[in-house]
Amino acid sequence: MAEEHYLELSENPVQFEHASSVNNVFFDEANKQVFAVRSGGATGVVVKGPDDKSSVAFRMDDKGEVKCIKFSIGNKILAVQRTSKSVVFPDKRSLKLLKSQSINVNWYQYCPETAVILLSTTVQGNILQPFAFRNGTMSKMSKFEIELPVVPKPAKLSLSERDIAMATIYGQLYVMYLKHHSRTANSPSAEVVLYHLSREGSCKKSHVLKLNTTGKFALNIVDNLVVVHHQTRLCPEHPPAPVLLLHRPLVFPAGPAAVPSQPPVPCQLYSSSWSVFQPDIIISASEGYLWYLQVKLPPTVNLLQDKGKLMDFLLRRRECKMVILSVCSQSAYLTAGSLPVVATVFDKLNQVYKDYLEAEQSYTQAMESGPSRGSAAQKRPVRTQAVIDQSDMYTHVLSSFTERKGVSHKFIIAVLMEYIRSLNQFQITVQHYLYELVIKTLVQHNLFYMLHQFLQYHVLSDSKPLACLLLSLESTYPPAHQLSLDMLKRLSTANDEIIEVLLSKQQVLGALRFIRSVGGHDNASARKFLDAAQQTGDQMLFYTVFRSFQQRNQRLRGSPAFNPGEHCEEHVAHFKQLFGEQALMKPSTV
Amino acid sequence: MLMISPKMASGMQEKQYTPSLLSFFIYNPTFGPREGEEEKKILFYHPSDVEKNEKIRNVGLCEAIVQFTRTFCPTKPAKSLHTQKNRQFFFEPEENFWMVMVVRNPMIEKPNKDGKPPTVEYQEEEMLDTVYGAVVRQCYSMYKLFNGTFSRAMQAGGVELLMQKLEKFFYRYLQTLHLQSCDLLDVFGGISFFPLDKMTYLKIQSFVNRVEESLSLIKYTAFLYNDQLIWSGLEQDDMRILYKYLTTSLFPRHSEPELAGRDSPMRPEVAGNLLHYGRFLTGPTNLKDPEAKFRFPKIFVSAEDGYEELHLIVYKAMSAAACFMISASVELTREFCEQLDSLVGPQLTLLASDICEQFTINRRISGPEKEPHFKFIYFNHMNLAEKSTIHMRKTASVCLTSVHPDLMKILGDINCDFARVDEDEEIIVKAMTDYWVVGKKSDQRELYVILNQKNANLIEVNEEVKRLCATQFNNIFFLD
Repeated sequence: MAEEHYLELSENPVQFEHASSVNNVFFDEANKQVFAVRSGGATGVVVKGPDDKSSVAFRMDDKGEVKCIKFSIGNKILAVQRTSKSVVFPDKRSLKLLKSQSINVNWYQYCPETAVILLSTTVQGNILQPFAFRNGTMSKMSKFEIELPVVPKPAKLSLSERDIAMATIYGQLYVMYLKHHSRTANSPSAEVVLYHLSREGSCKKSHVLKLNTTGKFALNIVDNLVVVHHQTRLCPEHPPAPVLLLHRPLVFPAGPAAVPSQPPVPCQLYSSSWSVFQPDIIISASEGYLWYLQVKLPPTVNLLQDKGKLMDFLLRRRECKMVILSVCSQSAYLTAGSLPVVATVFDKLNQVYKDYLEAEQSYTQAMESGPSRGSAAQKRPVRTQAVIDQSDMYTHVLSSFTERKGVSHKFIIAVLMEYIRSLNQFQITVQHYLYELVIKTLVQHNLFYMLHQFLQYHVLSDSKPLACLLLSLESTYPPAHQLSLDMLKRLSTANDEIIEVLLSKQQVLGALRFIRSVGGHDNASARKFLDAAQQTGDQMLFYTVFRSFQQRNQRLRGSPAFNPGEHCEEHVAHFKQLFGEQALMKPSTV
Repeated sequence: MLMISPKMASGMQEKQYTPSLLSFFIYNPTFGPREGEEEKKILFYHPSDVEKNEKIRNVGLCEAIVQFTRTFCPTKPAKSLHTQKNRQFFFEPEENFWMVMVVRNPMIEKPNKDGKPPTVEYQEEEMLDTVYGAVVRQCYSMYKLFNGTFSRAMQAGGVELLMQKLEKFFYRYLQTLHLQSCDLLDVFGGISFFPLDKMTYLKIQSFVNRVEESLSLIKYTAFLYNDQLIWSGLEQDDMRILYKYLTTSLFPRHSEPELAGRDSPMRPEVAGNLLHYGRFLTGPTNLKDPEAKFRFPKIFVSAEDGYEELHLIVYKAMSAAACFMISASVELTREFCEQLDSLVGPQLTLLASDICEQFTINRRISGPEKEPHFKFIYFNHMNLAEKSTIHMRKTASVCLTSVHPDLMKILGDINCDFARVDEDEEIIVKAMTDYWVVGKKSDQRELYVILNQKNANLIEVNEEVKRLCATQFNNIFFLD
């Protein structure tokens, strides 16, 4: 089941010289850079990251053991710490104390993405004091307490910085606490407790992930999923079990779990030299690799039997589109009792689709109404992979589904109608090709009466292409003619088409009456009508139509004669031949 | 049994009699071709207490008329025979099987002085062939819906079985014929569709599909609201006759208990389940009853290879009714009915209130000015859609119209005129009673309007009808 793993290490890790007695390796979480410092810098410092390409190499004097080394943003200033109380900037700069706070601190954690620092205070270390840095100011947020599994007596430092991590999940900052299993307290297994650190400064316990096991753990955040590495069993047959955090529901995978897919170089999983950094970094200092942890979505599909929950999960992932589409075609393939599931899945997809369309629309409106008066210029909404539109569904799911053998046509139509229902429910305009697919399927199975009823209730919305499609069905299903004409009439922009249809049916008088009723008689092409009248072979009809146009000419131009541009010479001749010269309308003398 | 409903006319004790059924019989001339065997031809005769020789005479007369008139036009046999006192209608639904209905003409009885017997005036021109011809055809369609064709019974059990079936069916059915209230709507035999917005319609679609998916025995479904059709899985012609049965027979029989109060003894027990209002209109009245029988009426509908026999389950929750049709070869069990009840009941109850709500909203939006103050009948041959503001709600016993029979007769006459030609037509009639009657035919559609505008002239009437078309029929292609 090697294919079943759903976490993997990135294919192209950042490589660096592995740690040794002469080479110290440092990692800067803010810039995601690895520093390989050889002989205290004398024989070279190589900086790599965040990707494999960007690399800086330089040399510096060996002034003793380096405890920590970092660049400022953009690699402008290098800071080196050699003693516990001094930081050296190779470039000469002046430094100014802006603000100070006096607190007893056990340890700290810093989250570079949100610029929040977390200080562990008090003797037990479980009162955490966050500070936020914003626009060059430091603001104190309200402190909060981490509930310890057991309160030690006498009090001693009980919260380790290894058990606390900060991460952004769905745009919100969380403090994650690895609460270990304790034999004395009533906690049978370890837990990950999430504290939500809101912008307003308050901090609330929001989620508890029960791990159902004990041992050593490490945390990562990948694609807004909390990944828990379990380091008790290192043998490859029992790989660690990651736990995924959905927006709300928790998922406990049973069975297969994460095995990094063939990395470019063989590496030992969870070797003792692995270090885990937020949000998604794993470094093996002894081997000289920095990997990004990645989620492989296709195998996750089997984790959740409930397709609705599965959609909730997938729609929140970055690379979800093809996986969702494949789930759709699978569930559409299932029969017996799957319609409600299909409906739920469609509704979830269309909710996201609708949200995007609305955001796009309000952006367009804002752009059209000129530069925004407010300070916040609207950003163009980002179209994520979770936006699955009608064309995606048509191409990847529905069109092949209607062709599938062994599926009852009843079910096929039910699925198509369910999709149309869902689109309508979210007030999304249905694209013509979906209607075409419905009609094609109905016609293929001779379900004309069903089609008729759909049109009667305007389930298939009016459009010229649809009306033309109906016209083409007339020979197999005569009522399609009426349906088509009704549709053209409702469109109210298709009067020319109506005339064409009527003339082609030799309903010349009907066409004439219609064009009069819509006030188009004056500009009508006399030739077209006379041609149609002549073709019927009905002489009286030809006479009537001919006279009608003569009267029109008289009214418009004061003469019954046709203009040369109207090309009616042939018809005038035909008229004369049938009824004689004297039957022609004479110009009225005023 | 004669059905005479005397009505007091305006004059001094003048009595008016509406058309009534004199006799109704079915025969097959090939069953008793030899002399002395004539009785064998007769398969059904109403009234049954008529003396044998008279039956034979009447059948013989019909046979002779049909034979005789055939010489004039072999392809179109005689359809009716007009006499002073009555009118006979002939219909050959299957080869050599003839149905004959004899209707007494409407008449006025004028009392005479001095104890003399009253004078009877027959109004032989007041009846329309098209209307009563349609009634006979409907009789056959209804028989066929519940029994299949005549030849099917013949194949299954010979003449005896056919006669049994005819007796059983027509004995009851003829009592429900209300010849006095037959009119143009019987000619159309249309279906009234429930107006509904797209979204609610799609919800109903979704409901039907889900039920058919989870109860895969169900082959076809029809959905009605307020006695009006919304969805039919059956083909149009089958739906037409089923609709007729539902709206004129089954629903009216069940409407009274629903209108009765909650505690009324007439109200069937809501089988312990208060979560929904669903109940079976056919089959078991109470699922909880241990003695309950799970037998449903069987119907015959057209299929690719002739016909198929189906169980008809009609299930209703509030004003929404769903008809589920299941192959008659399957035996329906208590378990199935319980499953259907628990699946459909709650959903249908919810849908019914959704539809009701949506309907009220739409009505409020369209406003009272959109409500037609015109009296009209509309019919579309294409989808059998019919709409009438002339007819009141149909009940089991009568179909009330809000206009005088004379006007209905004019509508029928116009309809006959339309039937004669293919072209689009328009006919405007000024009736004796100051009413204007307008008939319009455009492609497959017919519209009849009755206007009560005493002093209006032709142009004004024409304008009025145009306005009606523009407001009521603006979404269809209806030539002015």
